[in-house]
Amino acid sequence: MRTIVKHRLFWPATALIALIVINTIARPRFVKITIRDGELYGALIDILRQSAPLMLVSLGMTIVIATRGIDLSVGAIMAMSGAVALQIIAGSDQPDNLGVVAVAVGAAILVSLLLGAWNGFLVSVLGIQPIIATLVLMLAGRGVALLITDGKITTVNSDPFEFIATGYLLLFPFAFLLAMALVAIVGSVERRSALGVLTEAVGINPEASRLAGVRSRGIIWGAYIVSGILAGVAGLIYSANIKAADANAAGQLIELYAILAVVLGGTSLMGGKFSIAGTVIGVLFIQTLESTILFLGVPSAQSPVFFAIVVVVVVLIQSSQLHKWARRVFGGRRSTETSSDVEVAA
Amino acid sequence: MTTLDTASVGQTNTLAYKYHAFMSRRASLMPTFAAIAILVLLFVGAEIFLRGDFITPRNISALLLDNAPLLVLAVGMTFVIITAGIDLSVGSVMAFTGIWLAKLLGDGVSAAIAIPLVLVGGALVGMLIGVLVQYFDVQPFIASLAGLFLARGLAYVVSLSSIKVENDAVLWLQSTRWSAGGWYITPTGIIALLVVVIGAFVMHFTRFGRTIYAIGGNEQSARLMGLNIARTKVAVYVISGVCAGLAGLLLTAYSGAGYPRNGIGTELDAIAAVVIGGTLLTGGRGYVLGSMVGVFVFGAINTVINFMGAEQSWTRIIVGLLLLLFIVVQRAIVARAERRG
Repeated sequence: MRTIVKHRLFWPATALIALIVINTIARPRFVKITIRDGELYGALIDILRQSAPLMLVSLGMTIVIATRGIDLSVGAIMAMSGAVALQIIAGSDQPDNLGVVAVAVGAAILVSLLLGAWNGFLVSVLGIQPIIATLVLMLAGRGVALLITDGKITTVNSDPFEFIATGYLLLFPFAFLLAMALVAIVGSVERRSALGVLTEAVGINPEASRLAGVRSRGIIWGAYIVSGILAGVAGLIYSANIKAADANAAGQLIELYAILAVVLGGTSLMGGKFSIAGTVIGVLFIQTLESTILFLGVPSAQSPVFFAIVVVVVVLIQSSQLHKWARRVFGGRRSTETSSDVEVAA
Repeated sequence: MTTLDTASVGQTNTLAYKYHAFMSRRASLMPTFAAIAILVLLFVGAEIFLRGDFITPRNISALLLDNAPLLVLAVGMTFVIITAGIDLSVGSVMAFTGIWLAKLLGDGVSAAIAIPLVLVGGALVGMLIGVLVQYFDVQPFIASLAGLFLARGLAYVVSLSSIKVENDAVLWLQSTRWSAGGWYITPTGIIALLVVVIGAFVMHFTRFGRTIYAIGGNEQSARLMGLNIARTKVAVYVISGVCAGLAGLLLTAYSGAGYPRNGIGTELDAIAAVVIGGTLLTGGRGYVLGSMVGVFVFGAINTVINFMGAEQSWTRIIVGLLLLLFIVVQRAIVARAERRG
């Protein structure tokens, strides 16, 4: 039992399960899943489908944060990626042509890759603070996206493109499967090779890892490129869902929700140890909370109040100061667990 | 200062020497000088490009009027950034206090009660962030993120749509124009300038201000020197919160209404203005007056783009590029200082 409680994913997973249980008690329909024409439907499936863009962005954010960085530009990259793809599809004669869509998707991802590489260049080569280096693109990116779409909201009707967001494959929504596939790929590359350990080394102590022969520059650069590509895919899903490229609304505030998801999942903003599974749980928690708030009849605009409370509670639970107080209150009974408490917080 | 000057009296008179002495002693002022140079360049360039239509008393007065809220935000942000912190909540707090003020006034509360009340509201959000940062070791980024969500949500709790202000006292702040030969200034502009003056005074002439610089320079050393770190760090976030509350008042007066969607992303504009004005995000270096220059650079870019009739999206791109330019310059300065130090 103790090992379960001490597991780093215990608290995030408990919070998610508690939220689902509360929802189920409030409305039993919540957990009901029906199969229609070989496609799953239900509130839970909706949550999975809607979580795809945030999942991808948070996945990239996890890797960047593990290197002790942060990527504020993901929302802007989403906007640009959507703008590029839609502009190509809208400009062609056959928006339903699979080839056209493939070219559009390819171009959008290439642009996202270059933008991620640009962030990585500023951080790893010029040595600029990540927060300010990515702020540049965050500010300028939406402007560029507006220029690409000529200040308008480009709309298209393209079945293959819409499939990305609303299509189904093997019972599940395609967007969710796409997100899960990318989570699996990034997760296995990080954890089945030494890359994950090297990333953590760079995050824990960049100077020491450099002296130990870790090529930190390449690892940091790579993290921003991955984050850029994933944000680009998220932008495609977002724009495919609304069938439009909205340079102002695409990915608005998503960088903050992604950072929240990463922190909820137990990865420290100080870099180092990261947990991709934790991030997945964090994203699902945020999406479930969002759906709960909507169910409660609270206007979605007011939902940030709930998120503020969640953030405060989570950071307080992780705070070592609070653990110290708790130990003082509960006496010396827990004093042998001092070191493991830090584990939970990390 | 004196020993060096008297010892090298023979060569002090050459201009080159004076230049080098000044540069090495005032290296931290360089980014701010660069910002002033850019501001002058912007004005002169626009004046030439627009054939003498740009540098008019009316335009320059409008620059202060239009950017008064941002100016107040930037002053508060400078305090926080010099302690090596960051405050992402200011845009949301500005929206929250603005709409709350409009709501209170609409409900018949007198301005003399409503205005102090919303300033306290801003201060409380700031205090929440400060306490999280100082006593619970939460990173400023995350703590102020909580403040951002809280204030934005509260703004929508107050009202989902905009509320018109019909209070004479608040509208007076905006509609009154004291003018002299084409120049004019509104009470909102005077408030903003007062905030800058008070901010600069506190930073450079009080013990509190020196403590702020000391914390940003090296928190550990500041603590060992016996400075009151905890109180100062909470205080800077409270100051930033009060400034955001005041900006909410100015914005509500400016637009004649409160609107819960105001100020989305304004915290980034404020941070950009502070950085362009020469404050280092790593803390310890920076000037309130520099931030004022940064805000005017930001405002001037906006005005120039308006004049040229170009797409507004260019503003963000140019501000982004300027930000990039400045951080690269700052990076070079810091690297040079480290090599010598």
